[in-house]
Amino acid sequence: MTTTAPQITATSVVSLTQVSRWYGNVVAVNDVTMTIGPGVTGLLGPNGAGKSTLLHMMAGFLAPSSGTATLDGRPIWKNHEIYRIVGLVPEKEAVYGFLTGWQFVLSAARLHGLPDPEGAARRAIELVEMTEPSNRRIETYSKGMRQRIKVAAALVHDPRVLLLDEPFNGMDPRQRLHLMDLVRRMGAEGRTILFSSHILEEVERVAQQIEVLVSGRHAASGDYREIRRRMTDRPHLFRVRSSDDRKLAAALIADGSSGAVSLTPLGLEVQAVDFRRFTWLLPRVAKAADIHVWQVSPTDEDLESVFSYLVTR
Amino acid sequence: MNTVVADITYRAMLGRKRIWLLVLLPVALIAIAVLLRLIAGVNEHTAVTLMQTFAIGMMLPLLGLIAGTGVIAPEIEDGTIIHLLAKPIARPVIALTKFVVAASLLAVFAAVPTFIAAYILVRGESGVAWGFALGSLFGAVAYAAVFLLLGVVTRHAVAIGVIYALIWEGLVGGYVPGARKFSIQQWAQSLADQVSSSPFFTTDVSLSFAIPAMIIVTLGALWLAGQRLRTLSLTGDD
Repeated sequence: MTTTAPQITATSVVSLTQVSRWYGNVVAVNDVTMTIGPGVTGLLGPNGAGKSTLLHMMAGFLAPSSGTATLDGRPIWKNHEIYRIVGLVPEKEAVYGFLTGWQFVLSAARLHGLPDPEGAARRAIELVEMTEPSNRRIETYSKGMRQRIKVAAALVHDPRVLLLDEPFNGMDPRQRLHLMDLVRRMGAEGRTILFSSHILEEVERVAQQIEVLVSGRHAASGDYREIRRRMTDRPHLFRVRSSDDRKLAAALIADGSSGAVSLTPLGLEVQAVDFRRFTWLLPRVAKAADIHVWQVSPTDEDLESVFSYLVTR
Repeated sequence: MNTVVADITYRAMLGRKRIWLLVLLPVALIAIAVLLRLIAGVNEHTAVTLMQTFAIGMMLPLLGLIAGTGVIAPEIEDGTIIHLLAKPIARPVIALTKFVVAASLLAVFAAVPTFIAAYILVRGESGVAWGFALGSLFGAVAYAAVFLLLGVVTRHAVAIGVIYALIWEGLVGGYVPGARKFSIQQWAQSLADQVSSSPFFTTDVSLSFAIPAMIIVTLGALWLAGQRLRTLSLTGDD
């Protein structure tokens, strides 16, 4: 794992206090209070949960409809000075396609007014392993390469705060692992890093701290192990099709691992309260009763239902 | 002014296909001038008509629209503007830089060709060439600022700009004398008239109105564009 990383000299904190954002009648973010400190924080939530809206407010590209968003106590909105210590990687893929990767990152360094823009650009490009293709125009890049050159441009001024909107989207597994490693390393250096994702596995591999957003509300906050436990300890709903649904239902309900069993035209719906015992039990019960199980499928495994379970708890 | 912003904007405007939008009309103007010269010889009346209807009446507002909105609207549309905005640079400086780029492009692609075309037709006669070139430059500055503002405030900048230039300045201005006062095109002609001594050319908007109006509109549009850029919001896909 990470060796003792060299610590950056100053750290920063992004704070949201009772922040809401609505568009007309639609509430995108609803009364969210959170503090993002040094280290890597994952902003987790299904698509449409308001992650981008929240990130845009932290990045100074959206005014909260109510509440305050601050960086080290100073307001973020209408304050271009924050970008001296903030790096932003937006989700939108669009970058100036007519520039080469080198020109793009160098322009970022110059826009920041860095004393040695060439040196800074070269270091940032090396960091994301884009040195070799950096003389090509960005329009020739793959999605993953664009993503990495955007990360390089966001890192060129060595920011204390890094905001990344769905940074791993469109990357191949190797690029993804590399960027994850980079993000972890920078977090270990004491930088305040927030990235959004709708994939739990992605978040738990990189972030120590997870903030869960569901339907614009702050659904959960904490260490990833805690969130993970709460997500797996929920009742699972399975759909089972077999040669004799009625007989299987009777056999299953006799055991405590199933909470409720119902017969439907599509098969049995089984509410498993003890997930591990249920998966162990089902084939054995079926075999003992001489029933052929044709299909077992989870009905609520999609992320949406996992999240809504978290919220309704 | 920020040279990096200017550099990226020039590259975007002059790169590959987009430059043709800027080149097409001035080339047509000069070609017509050459043709008229060959057919009709030196004719001040023809020159003034061509300058009034084509150079100032059509080419200038259209190029103004292409350059004024083109320096910023596509970047806002596709989100690339974030690269410039997420930097410790005051947003009005970015707006001002974009304006300077647009105005300078108009000087090259509108004012200079206007001078060349007029010079081909009448040489230095009656100050027609200088008059229309300066008038074109004068109008270009105002168009650049107004259309830049339009590009910042609305996604329909081009449509609104076309309606303004063709309907208001072209059509309404043709029939309603009062409307001419609030027409950048007329201000440009007013200056051209002042410089030129051609008897074939009169305008009805006085220079004492046109100059202050142009300055107020330009500065006002620039200020608004800068302010609007400060509060530019991104709406996420979610």
